[in-house]
Amino acid sequence: MLKLELRPQASDFWRYASPVLALVITVALGIGLFVLLGKDPVRGLQMFFWEPLKSAYALGELMVKATPLLVIALGLAVCYRSNVWNIGAEGQFVIGAVAAAGVALLADKETSRWIVVAVVLAGVAGGMFWAAITAWLKDKFHANEILVSLMLVYVADMVLGYLVYGPWKDPAGYNFPQTKTFEAVTQIPRLMSGSRMSVGLIIALLGVAGAWIFLFKTRAGFAQQVGGLAPAASRYAGFSSRKAVWLALLVSGGAAGLAGALEVAGPLGQLTPYVPAGYGFAAIIVAYVGRLHPVGMVFSAVLMSMFYIGGELAQSRMGLPKSITGVFQGLLLFSLLACDTLVAYRLRWQSRRV
Amino acid sequence: MESYALLIAATLNAGTVLAIAALGLLINEKAGIVNLGAEGMMLCAAIAGFAAVVHTGSDALGFLAGMASGAVLAAIFGLLVIYLGTNQYATGLALSLFGVGFSAFVGIGYVQEKLPPRPAFEIPFLADIPLIGIAFFKQHPLVYGVIVFVFGLMWFLYKTRTGLVLRSVGESPESAHALGYSVRRIRFCAVIAGGALCGLSGAYISIAYTPLWVEGMVAGKGWIALALTTFATWRPARILLGAYLFGGVTMLQFHLQGLGVQVPSQWLSALPYLATIVVLALISKNPAWIRINMPASLGKPFQPGS
Repeated sequence: MLKLELRPQASDFWRYASPVLALVITVALGIGLFVLLGKDPVRGLQMFFWEPLKSAYALGELMVKATPLLVIALGLAVCYRSNVWNIGAEGQFVIGAVAAAGVALLADKETSRWIVVAVVLAGVAGGMFWAAITAWLKDKFHANEILVSLMLVYVADMVLGYLVYGPWKDPAGYNFPQTKTFEAVTQIPRLMSGSRMSVGLIIALLGVAGAWIFLFKTRAGFAQQVGGLAPAASRYAGFSSRKAVWLALLVSGGAAGLAGALEVAGPLGQLTPYVPAGYGFAAIIVAYVGRLHPVGMVFSAVLMSMFYIGGELAQSRMGLPKSITGVFQGLLLFSLLACDTLVAYRLRWQSRRV
Repeated sequence: MESYALLIAATLNAGTVLAIAALGLLINEKAGIVNLGAEGMMLCAAIAGFAAVVHTGSDALGFLAGMASGAVLAAIFGLLVIYLGTNQYATGLALSLFGVGFSAFVGIGYVQEKLPPRPAFEIPFLADIPLIGIAFFKQHPLVYGVIVFVFGLMWFLYKTRTGLVLRSVGESPESAHALGYSVRRIRFCAVIAGGALCGLSGAYISIAYTPLWVEGMVAGKGWIALALTTFATWRPARILLGAYLFGGVTMLQFHLQGLGVQVPSQWLSALPYLATIVVLALISKNPAWIRINMPASLGKPFQPGS
C-alpha cells in the first residue's frame, strides 16, 4: 500500500513544483467540470488562460485585477509568516475603501491634486484600524484572531451598507445605494491613456521589494518570522510576541486598506454595495500559492486575476455562472495543500505488514 | 404578550440551526480536529438539501442529501488533514472558500424556486396552552430533536467506552495509539460525523428555517458555530444554551425593528457578529480556564510512528 515517509529534509524541489502541480490538477478538474456541464473544455480553458493575455488592453485589465490581490497578499504573507491568522482582509479592504471614500467625498472642484495622497493614506489608516480591533482583542483578551477577523468582515459589510443606503447616499442618484461619483482630482493617476492601469501597480511592485527587504534583510522581519516558526526560541531571544501580533495585523490591515483605497478611487470611482468583490479572500489563496514569498506572489496574483477575468468571460460568452471563479479558487487551494504533502513526505510503496 | 411568545419560538428555531452545527464541530474538536470549513459545508448542504426537496418533494430526503454532502466534504477535509497531514486551518479555510463558490455555482438554477412553509409539529395538548404553547410546542421536529441529541451526545461522550476513546484521541493521541487504537481512523470518523451534522444544519436553513435558496445564505452561521464551541468550553449542554443565546440575539434585531426602534437596520444586522466577538473575547480572557477545558491536542497533527 502507498505509504508516506517523512523526508530527512524538506524538499526544495517540491516547495516550488507543488504550486505548478496544483495548477495542473486544478486545470484537469476544470476540464472535467466543463465536460460534465456539456461545455467545450477547450473553449473554457481559452477564457481563463488565453483571452486575458491576447491583447495589450487585456493584459492591462489583467494587471488592474492583479494589483489589489498582490497588495493584500503581501500584507498577509507578513502576517502568516508570523503565525498570525488574519483571514478578515476582506473586511479591512472594505473599511479602507470606506475611509478613502470619506476623504474623496470632501473634494470639490477647487481641491488640489494632492488630495489623492490623503485618500490613499486614509485607506491605509482605515484598514489598520479595522485590523487593530482584532489585534487588541487578541493581545488583551486572547481572542482567536481567525474568528474575530472573520466576524469583522460581516460587520464591515454592514458599515458599508449603512453608509451607502444612509448618510452618504447620492441625493441625485435616483435612490440607488451609492455615493456620488468622486471628483476627478481624487482619481488614482493612470499610467497611460487607453488602459485602466494606475499608479497602484507601481505601488504594488514597490511593495514586493519592500516586503522582500523587510522579511529577508531586516532584524525586525527576522524576529517576526522566528516568532512564527519557533515561539520558544523567539522568547529566549527576547523578541516580543505581543509586538509581533500587533505588527502582523497592522501591516496586513494597512495593506488591505491600501488595496481598498486604490480600488475605490481607481476603477470604481464611487462607493457602492459591490465594493467587496472577494479580493480579501482570494488574496489568502494568492499568498499560499505564492509560497508567502513576495516574488512568488506576483505570479500567483496574476494567476488569480486570470481566474477572475476568465470567470467573467465564461459568464458572458459561455453562459456559465460567474461563481465558477470561486470554484476554481477553492480547487486550487485544495490541490496545493495536498501537493504540499510532497514537500515534507515522499510516497513509498510498501507491502502490507502481516 | 403574544409577540414575546413568538420571539421565544423564533429564538429556539434560530438556536437550533447553530446548535446542530456546533455539536457537530464539538465532536470534531473532542477528537482533536478543528474544521474551519463549517461555513462551506453548510452552504453546500443547504443547496443540496434544497435541490433534493425541490425535485423529490420529500423533506427527509432533503435532510439526508444535506447530511451526505456535508459528510462527503468533511471526508475530503479529513483525508487531507488526517492522512496527508496538511495544516488544519488552511485546509478548513480552503473548504469554506470552495463551499462558498461551489454552492453559488450549483445554486444558480434554484434562485427562483420557493418551498411552501413547513407545517409546525404540534405537541398534543401542550401546544394548546395559551402563549406557552406558541412559544415552545409548535416547532419543527428538529427543534425538539436537537435537545434529545444533546443528552444522547453527553451520554455517548462521558458514559460510553467509545466516547472515552474519542476524547482520549483528542487529549493524548500518543497514549491512545500506544493502547492500540487507530487514532487516524477514529479522527476520520469524528470528522465525518461532524460534517454530517453541519450538513444537517445547512439543510435545515434552506428547507425549514428560510425555505428558499439565496447565495451565501448561511451568512456566517458556520463561523458563529465554531465560536460557540469555545464559548461553551467544549461542553454539549452549554453549546445548546449558547446557541439559544445567539439565536435570541439574531431574533432581537427583528423584534426591535417590529417595535419601531429607530436604529438603522444595518446596525441591528451586525448584532449577532458583534455579540460573537464580545462573547469570544470575554470567554478567552482567562487563558488558563480555556486551557483546562480545551482538548489538549486540538489542532495538532498526529502521524503514527513519526
